[in-house]
Amino acid sequence: MRLIQKVGQWFDLRLQLGTTIRETAEHPVPRETASWFYVFGSAALTCFILQVVTGILLALIYVPSVGEAWNSLQTLNHGVSLGWFIRALHGWGSNFMVAIVLIHMVQVFLFGAYKFPRELTWIVGILLLLVTLGMAFTGQVLRFDQDAYWGLGIGASIASRVPVIGPWAVNLMLGGPIIAGATLSRFFALHVFVIPGLLIAFVGVHLLMVLKLGINEWPMPGRIVRRATYLQEYHELTHRDGVPFVPNAVWKDIFFSGFILVAIAVCAIHFGPFGPSGQPDPTIIQTAPRPDLFFLWLYALLSFLPPSAETPILLIGPAIGIIALLALPFVAGEGEKSWRRRPIAVLTILLVAVGLGTLTHLAEHTPWSPVMDAWSSQPIPAEFLHGRTALERHGALVFQAKQCHNCHSLDDKGGQRGPALDTVALRLTEDQLIRQVIQGGGNMPAYGKNLTPAETTALVAFLETLHPAKQKPARNAAQAVALDPNEVSPR
Amino acid sequence: MSGQNGISRRAALVKIGILLNGIVGTALAVPIVRYFLSPIIRERKMEYGSWLSVGGLEQFPAGQTRLATYKNPVVNSWDGKTGDIACWVRNVDGQTFQVFAINCAHLGCPVRWFAQSNLFMCPCHGGAYYQDGSRASGPPERGLFQYSYKVEGGKLLIKAGEMPTPGQPVANKTGGKMTCA
Repeated sequence: MRLIQKVGQWFDLRLQLGTTIRETAEHPVPRETASWFYVFGSAALTCFILQVVTGILLALIYVPSVGEAWNSLQTLNHGVSLGWFIRALHGWGSNFMVAIVLIHMVQVFLFGAYKFPRELTWIVGILLLLVTLGMAFTGQVLRFDQDAYWGLGIGASIASRVPVIGPWAVNLMLGGPIIAGATLSRFFALHVFVIPGLLIAFVGVHLLMVLKLGINEWPMPGRIVRRATYLQEYHELTHRDGVPFVPNAVWKDIFFSGFILVAIAVCAIHFGPFGPSGQPDPTIIQTAPRPDLFFLWLYALLSFLPPSAETPILLIGPAIGIIALLALPFVAGEGEKSWRRRPIAVLTILLVAVGLGTLTHLAEHTPWSPVMDAWSSQPIPAEFLHGRTALERHGALVFQAKQCHNCHSLDDKGGQRGPALDTVALRLTEDQLIRQVIQGGGNMPAYGKNLTPAETTALVAFLETLHPAKQKPARNAAQAVALDPNEVSPR
Repeated sequence: MSGQNGISRRAALVKIGILLNGIVGTALAVPIVRYFLSPIIRERKMEYGSWLSVGGLEQFPAGQTRLATYKNPVVNSWDGKTGDIACWVRNVDGQTFQVFAINCAHLGCPVRWFAQSNLFMCPCHGGAYYQDGSRASGPPERGLFQYSYKVEGGKLLIKAGEMPTPGQPVANKTGGKMTCA
């Protein structure tokens, strides 16, 4: 024990850090902030440290070359002892890090921590969110598989829409005219050198400000932030009713960080590493690329935006979002901190959460994509064929052969791009069905040139049978009257 | 020499030193920026568009649409498979061809050809195109990108070398026409 003390003294005489460290550790914080709500920042830092460690371990094996990256990932998964586990830790660590950064941001927003004098802490926090998302995206590219290859194509297509400089932005992003060796090399440089460097710098500034300005006090309804008096009030709060950060508050941080590490490890063991999916060979086109979890909402949004509005929303939307986040502390730098007195703040969070959650959920089911093999792999259920005429069954054959099933479902089987056709005969008359098939419209291609008249007749005869047994199909009443005044009931 | 003079002399030396570093920094910035921008300065002018073979004419029967591949003109030894690019070749009537980029005009995913319904469909966001490449439905704003082609020595050549994207001028000039859905 005495030896340790002596060694410690030897170092402290030279480093002169002991006093600073002790003062930092024991600095007083408001009593209520020793709370489970205040653990997310330190948990995000823990995730980042895990990412640095596992990232360096992966770099021992990974080859940042377009020709070899995929093979080196296979080696990591199967050829290196516990390589799969390190990959899984890095992948799940990434998901947890993004999630915890977002939760931290929501907590900080709802507790009004961005208000005076912590405006810059919030702004650096926004930058930290952006670089964290940057790490997630570039990391997905380094897992150089089919999803990464076509994902880069999507990124390039979005970049190309920037007015004037679009094509140059694409070449700069890809490092050349196509996705190739130079592309992966520059994403490797971004993921391993540039963005981590920024992240470390931002984390340093962020932490420094938290220490210098003190942790945000627990917001009490009615305790208003005013620039003139806040610093004095905070000083009184911490010194009258404060507790030392170590050990009163820090034990919760330590416990939660440990819990998060265990959770990441459990996910890594149970679910394993992410991919890689198919080989990054652009001549293999039997693929449906999908982004990773935290970009799925964007994937869904891009399917729902109307074509004419897509480019402006895609280019201006993110800029407005980031500017709004950066401007927040300047617009609302004073006033009420408690979420109990800030209904618009709470509603904003709920709206964004429900919106992103819904889009992410939709992106997991991709109802807008045709089911590419429904026409050959999902037969028409027997009840739609039972007791039908030869013509109607021929129509069912046309329905399969012309890939209608890829976009339209019967009995919940098949695509969801277009409406389900189980009861289409109730909605459309025979004439309307013919017109819809031949001319298309409402986001359906026109099949006039692709179907012979006999095929169209058969297909529509089949579609006319798609109604519940006890309900009659739709009919044009006016037509019936015009054709035969005595017979107004349907066939 | 008085103390005051000494300080002003040293202050001047500091300023000169900073100025000197500024000049050197600017001089170094020129080649650094030039290096960084090399994908859009040098190569862009040279080989981004070349005539490349997609195979003999016998591979493309009249009235059919077939998948073809070509080798990108600028490849390095470490580029792996990424230099092999796919495209769709449609032989319209035995003499006229249409060569479509594999990339959807929406966001670049690989479109697939369905000969039975004469449609190209995209697996990402559900874009669909007719057999002539014009837009049929879905989020794309335009038809499929088309390469210029020529027939030489029994081979079909296309002018390619750059990934077609919605904002790329070359693709816009030769691209498919817009149609009403």
